[in-house]
Amino acid sequence: MSRGLITAIEIDGAGGDPGAWRGPEVDPRAILTGELAVRAAQRAEAAGVDLVTFADALEAPDDVPDRVSVRLDALGLAARVAPVTQRIGLLPTITVTHTEPFHVQASVATLDHISGGRAGWIADVSTSAEAAAVIGRREPAPAAETWREARYVVDAGRRLWDSWEDDAIIRDVATGRFVDREKLHYVDLETPTFSVKGPSIVPRPPQGHPITAIRVTTPEALEAAGDAELVFLPNSGDLSKQVLELRENAGRSVTLDGRSVTLTLDQAVGPLVLVSAEVRPHVDGVERLLDLIEGWAAAGVDGVQLRPASLELDVPVIAEQLLPVLRERGLVGSGERGGSLRGRLGLRRPVNRYARSVR
Amino acid sequence: MTKQIHLAAHFPGVNNTTVWSDPAAGSQIDFGSFRKLAETAERGTFDFFFLAEGLRLREVKGQIHDLDVVGRPESLTVLSALAAVTTHLGLAATVNSTFNEPYELAKRLSTLDHVSNGRAAWNVVTSWDAFTGENFRRGGYLDKGDRYVRAQESLRIVRKLWDSWNGDELVLDQAAGAFAREGAGAFADEGAHFTLRGRFGLPPSPQGRPVIIQAGDSDEGREFAASSADVIFSRHGTFEGGQTFYKDVKARLAKYGRTDDSLKIMPAVTVVVADTDADAIEKAAYIREQQVSGPTALVLAELLWGRDLSAYDPDGPLPAEDPVVGSSVTQGRVGYNDPFPIVSEWRAQAEANGWSLRQTVINQQNRQTFVGSPTTVAEAVNRHVQENAADGFVLVPHLTPSGLDDFVDRVVPLLRERGVFRSEYAGTTLRDHLGLQP
Repeated sequence: MSRGLITAIEIDGAGGDPGAWRGPEVDPRAILTGELAVRAAQRAEAAGVDLVTFADALEAPDDVPDRVSVRLDALGLAARVAPVTQRIGLLPTITVTHTEPFHVQASVATLDHISGGRAGWIADVSTSAEAAAVIGRREPAPAAETWREARYVVDAGRRLWDSWEDDAIIRDVATGRFVDREKLHYVDLETPTFSVKGPSIVPRPPQGHPITAIRVTTPEALEAAGDAELVFLPNSGDLSKQVLELRENAGRSVTLDGRSVTLTLDQAVGPLVLVSAEVRPHVDGVERLLDLIEGWAAAGVDGVQLRPASLELDVPVIAEQLLPVLRERGLVGSGERGGSLRGRLGLRRPVNRYARSVR
Repeated sequence: MTKQIHLAAHFPGVNNTTVWSDPAAGSQIDFGSFRKLAETAERGTFDFFFLAEGLRLREVKGQIHDLDVVGRPESLTVLSALAAVTTHLGLAATVNSTFNEPYELAKRLSTLDHVSNGRAAWNVVTSWDAFTGENFRRGGYLDKGDRYVRAQESLRIVRKLWDSWNGDELVLDQAAGAFAREGAGAFADEGAHFTLRGRFGLPPSPQGRPVIIQAGDSDEGREFAASSADVIFSRHGTFEGGQTFYKDVKARLAKYGRTDDSLKIMPAVTVVVADTDADAIEKAAYIREQQVSGPTALVLAELLWGRDLSAYDPDGPLPAEDPVVGSSVTQGRVGYNDPFPIVSEWRAQAEANGWSLRQTVINQQNRQTFVGSPTTVAEAVNRHVQENAADGFVLVPHLTPSGLDDFVDRVVPLLRERGVFRSEYAGTTLRDHLGLQP
């Protein structure tokens, strides 16, 4: 494995530990200004971490007085981080059960534009009664239904990202045309719960398709994960078996409601499977974590998504102690991979489905 | 007392204001363009930076309009990124209330306000056309009369969510382990369009809540602004038109218990600055020529006539046919309710001046407001504000991203000398800049 393991760090409030915000090293106001996230992302970037993910849900966090009961919109936070980082990938969680698919794809494409090709997103669903109630549009739906819809949203997003060919903007002064309208395409997508005309309002993003990720939380999410380029798998059960299954599913064509959904995954590579684990190296030390990671690597995962208990305490340990040893042992690469997030992950830039092969 | 001028910068998007063909024109998409214009506005101590919104590419005769700038990045995401590279400049996003859910709007806009330390604004716009609606779940079912009802309700709920924290529930007592008081952010609402309840997960930001901007010009739009907006973004940039609009809108405030200075009226205007007045007039004419090419003149005439005019020569006479009302020759932009008097006026002017179709469009749709030397422009801008034709202006440059350099470098210092515009920001939030109560 020449590339080595892909490394990801999750940003959520002050960290995964509900008590993390209470540490004297934390300024709790910095959760809301985004400064805590900026610092974590910059530390991770300096250490050569490949990407940061931003946790979110449609509904507010639980109303528990001694926990962080507030949360910024992950997309807005990722956009705030983009200009003050240069190399690290940025993946906000976006729920699609209630949000308009057209807005989702436009926002993710925009994040890709403003970050110079470092964007992705974690597609998630909202099944809770709380999420349904804050919108008031429809009753809560079961996981199977919401994930089926999510797969259509992922498909719609990719179609819309292709709805502008890469060279659609021509700025042809001679004819007075800003775009070549032959290179803009209506997607005309109809699904059981929504339809989209297209084209997107945003020109095709630098990566062609920003990275779509799915966090496996339920069997339904596992099924949908076959559509993603990046899968976050919990550290449970027979890891190597699950990784194999996910790989076997890669690139198969999907039929939903009797309709074929085209997946433009890099079939030679994807989906990349990252094992996701809560870690607290500032308490446990890095040795135990190193052993765990070596075990995961042996199980065939492509990388790790570390969810630090405390951003302020654990990210520096991951950056300064864990990554150098992983690098020394050849488990991760040099950390110098630049360019787009796709380039960093070893994924091809997708060919536009509408582009004619010969012009 | 001398009124203080408010200024905003608009990033020019999809219309023929922007001269993309100019050799000095940069990318309309790259973040660097947005950053450059925002930095110029902040150097000029402007109140805010303004982004419009697009939800469907415009069409002419069933085909995507290709003569102006087409496409743009999504506003809230761009502005959240600009929050990282600016420190004081307000960040105003146009977001449609028809195709977004109030809870999501409240969350996204409040996030922008938090990560910018209190600099967010929402320009509330509405849509009712099925054309735009084809991209959305909640597409195209609202009739025109209903759209303000929904917009009002949407805005009321968004405000309710922002106000769902009274302001003192965020405890942040690390030793005691009290982050926030229980029950903070609880809300419930039932209206004609929305019934929702739950908890809002963001406390008030440094400016309390984002600033509300409104742009409608109809009677309903004006009433909506008078009842609910902090800033009104008008089309009335001329002196007399501005004064009439100003008087009308400010007179509506009292019935909502509001004072005159609680709503800032800021027309959208263009500015052309050169060394002398004569140079500026010449430069302005050149810009108009670039803005209205032959093909663009035909499209603008088609919007008025409601007919396919592609057989006409833009450098020839005006079309002889009568206009068609309610045609869909042009989609995705505002048409004319009654084109007949405008067509008559165009014909009369063309005949009197010997203008071609293109020349008529150039002269009849001249939107250049302030043209002249730096002194002429500074005095005109100041006169409009002191004599209540406006409280300030949203400047729409014809070039991206360098189009405000002249104004900021040459006109702003003169306004500062006259004591009518700030030399540095007095506060940190957009409400501070606009002199609005939290």
